[in-house]
Amino acid sequence: MGVIGEAWTWLTTGANWSGDGGAAHRLAEHLYVSGVALAVACLIALPIALYLGHVGKGGGLAVNLSNVGRAVPVFAVLALFMMTPLRNSGYLPTIIALVLFAVPPLLTNAYVGMTEVDRSVLEAARGMGMSGTQLFLRVELPLAYPMIMTGLRSAAVQVIATASIAAMVGLGGLGRIITAGFNTYDTAQVFAGAVLVALLALVVEGVLVALDRLLSPLRRRRTV
Amino acid sequence: MAGQNCLVANDWICGEYLRSRSHELAEATVQHIWITAASVLIGLAVAFPLALLARRGRHFAGPVLGLTTVLYTVPSLAMFSLLLPLFGLSAALVVTGLVLYSLTILVRNILAGLEAVPQEAREAATGMGYGPVRLLWEVELPLALPALMAGLRIATVSTVALTTVGSLVGKGGLGNLIEDALPSFFKAQVLTASVLCVLLAVAADLLLLGVQRLLTPWTRIRTPARAPGVPGIAKTEAG
Repeated sequence: MGVIGEAWTWLTTGANWSGDGGAAHRLAEHLYVSGVALAVACLIALPIALYLGHVGKGGGLAVNLSNVGRAVPVFAVLALFMMTPLRNSGYLPTIIALVLFAVPPLLTNAYVGMTEVDRSVLEAARGMGMSGTQLFLRVELPLAYPMIMTGLRSAAVQVIATASIAAMVGLGGLGRIITAGFNTYDTAQVFAGAVLVALLALVVEGVLVALDRLLSPLRRRRTV
Repeated sequence: MAGQNCLVANDWICGEYLRSRSHELAEATVQHIWITAASVLIGLAVAFPLALLARRGRHFAGPVLGLTTVLYTVPSLAMFSLLLPLFGLSAALVVTGLVLYSLTILVRNILAGLEAVPQEAREAATGMGYGPVRLLWEVELPLALPALMAGLRIATVSTVALTTVGSLVGKGGLGNLIEDALPSFFKAQVLTASVLCVLLAVAADLLLLGVQRLLTPWTRIRTPARAPGVPGIAKTEAG
């Protein structure tokens, strides 16, 4: 197919990478807003989810929030932001939208992970004289870790996908290469941009899977 | 003439907009519904054999689950753009992209449902002389139905949201209205289309819940001690 060859040419042309609208700048933009948003979402969602999971309350809320998140179109939310004064505040609308969509998977997974910890294990730990804090740090958190990481991965994928859609309403990120290509009927550029976005999502997913394996508390304990 | 003024004043909520553009709204909603319905139905038709294949053993399960998960990771804007050389600016492009997304959720849920069928039920049916096809249709499938329907609901709701991104190629149903209204900051149109989109997702979810109750009357005999739904599938994708 000719398009793939042309897209390869686009990707290997240095001029397409430099400058304000170049791929390098767009990639940096994409990573910056995604990273900030993911960090903010973690700071909001994880303490709430871990606390609620530890106490064992508010499960309905966590799951419902996740379902609502699925039903709301990112494109619509971003478009609504662009109708408000927020449109003049640079990265802010993108970051708010990203946080909004990253919180549900983080919250739900962390909460479910905490509540799925075996009751008998908790009772045994309590019987051994563990305090609430010890129970949380040394039993619940390590056992909920895989689910928390699954949530983090979903959130990361979601954030990267959302950051590309931001381009459809005129905000920055790698998606801009795609939409700019659409506006100039440059299919090769559209394809090249899509390859970059897809690769970024796959690479981030891969890195998180690797991190997950490296940092898993249960794995470390087994090898000791 | 308060009604006319809200269009001039560019209010968020505008009755006059609803009245004067009802035709346009209905057209976009119909396009949205048929793109979603086609995507989910084709997704189901593709996911079912894939789930059966994955069930045959780890040999098949690895590639099937791996591939559908990788597809799910690709952001929607990129997915539609990557399919562009194959389909051009068509509804087939959007439907194909959405089918690929629904596969992850559907295959996993169908597989989970089939694997949760008690071995005794299978053995009893086999002992009564059921062949593999009849076993699947009359024993395994009905028992897997709650998990399948849970997956179908998640897939449908996220497909409704994702369809809006199809406005990139002009086939996004209500998303088209949002895209059209962006350059002129037409607030009423963006809000109305967004709200309709969410309502559509909720309506589709309730409809499927109703279908599920009709299809699985036996699940209502027992006391509802546990909430329905399949845990463990919590992935979401931007729409």
